[in-house]
Amino acid sequence: MTLSNFALEPTFQLRPYNGVMSNSDLKVKVWRGAQEGEFVEYLVPRNSNQTVLDVVTYIQRKLDPTLSYRFACRVGMCGSCAMTVNGVARWTCRTHVSKIVKGDSLEIAPLNNLPVIKDLATDMREFFNKWKGAVGFFKGDKTRHDDFAKVPPESKERQLANAGIECIGCGVCYASCEVVESRPNYLGPAALNRAWTLTNDVRDVQQLERMRAVAGDAGCHACHSQGSCTEACPTSIAPTASIAGLKKLVARAAVRGSKWGKL
Amino acid sequence: MNTRPRLDFRAKSHLSYFAYACHRFSGLLLACFLPLHFLMLSQSLRGAQGFEQSLALTDFWAFKFGEWALVILLAVHLAGGIRLLIIEFGPWHGLRKGWIQISILFAIACGLLFLYFAN
Amino acid sequence: MGQAMNQGVLQAKLWYAQRISAMVLGICVAIHLVIIFYAIRGGLNAQEILGRTQGNILFAFFYEVFVLACFVHAPIGMANILQETFPKSGIAKPIAGALGLFILVLGSAAVLGVYTGGAI
Repeated sequence: MTLSNFALEPTFQLRPYNGVMSNSDLKVKVWRGAQEGEFVEYLVPRNSNQTVLDVVTYIQRKLDPTLSYRFACRVGMCGSCAMTVNGVARWTCRTHVSKIVKGDSLEIAPLNNLPVIKDLATDMREFFNKWKGAVGFFKGDKTRHDDFAKVPPESKERQLANAGIECIGCGVCYASCEVVESRPNYLGPAALNRAWTLTNDVRDVQQLERMRAVAGDAGCHACHSQGSCTEACPTSIAPTASIAGLKKLVARAAVRGSKWGKL
Repeated sequence: MNTRPRLDFRAKSHLSYFAYACHRFSGLLLACFLPLHFLMLSQSLRGAQGFEQSLALTDFWAFKFGEWALVILLAVHLAGGIRLLIIEFGPWHGLRKGWIQISILFAIACGLLFLYFAN
Repeated sequence: MGQAMNQGVLQAKLWYAQRISAMVLGICVAIHLVIIFYAIRGGLNAQEILGRTQGNILFAFFYEVFVLACFVHAPIGMANILQETFPKSGIAKPIAGALGLFILVLGSAAVLGVYTGGAI
């Protein structure tokens, strides 16, 4: 096979499936149903450079059009295609089958810790509601008539904010967190990470409300630093670090007060 | 019909989770053991002889094994605890996996040291 | 809202207390391990223990600090575990409280015992 042949090979081939299983077929178990349901096995032709999203797409287009799943950009920047693959939450468009396949088997399920709407699509409302609940949104007090805010990029706060700012809200960390599983009210790594970046945004004027929102049973102190969120995050954000920052901030505010007031 | 799958061992098969699990498990066992330990030591209020009599109970082999296990649990909990303190109060340099590996060696070393000194 | 905030402040303070006591314990446990390894050489009996601790005010002070740090640290950890494992049972507080009591009373009795050697 010459290099040009290899370069031109599509990511999955539209081979007619004639009902005869060949050695290069993947055995893919996919969750069908909602909160109740079962894993259904499909046989998917194996290809080089195949991603898990390719596999799911093949199943829906060629084998079972009733399969429900989400995707959008398919190039690893929107986070819509996040699913549980062989027990671990991942972006399916950025997961090569060859990397995670177990023999010739794959298991694809919806993201954990979120209610299932149908098959591989989950209801992400609680995820985004918790984002709001942690005051994970910006509010400033300047208007268009004021001068630009000047935030030095090398300042300590900006560097801390930048470390967590790339979050696209895919839900992988939330789906990987054991504390989310055991404490339904827990705000979760994404919401707390966003709250931390905004805590370090010197322009934001809601810091006291934000601190209050992330304190308490459902807040940052429920985190036990298992680190599953940090391990799983496809953007290499470390929510464990952000939550550690919040823990210190809130504890100090509770005991000594902070520059924005006492809790 | 089954219920949808939940987080299982596959999501937890990473070093940081293992460190958390060891820390929690060792802490729980130590918390259960500690009152007994203090109870034994408080027998010293009976004076040297009374104390000696109570300590004679610990000659039983199960106690010896328990003491050895407890030293290891203490070492594990100490190492895991220091890791948490570094993560929560120190500069962020990841989940400190190097530290976890050293902690495992430290716990093994404590276990071996105990056997060496006790005999 | 007020009650939620009181909860928040309480959780924050408990976290802080547990971490501060953890720092104290880090030092105490490290020293304790060294003491234990030193003391168990060739076996250990009551005579040997009391020989080192009786009348030793430094020892008594160190170990009482140790007991107090445990008294803060262990019940908070226990309460967290129980609250997460059995969330609606309400057993977290009483069991953690009992543990704290045992540690404080028995621990201080132990320190007193080895300091005085039973001579009170």
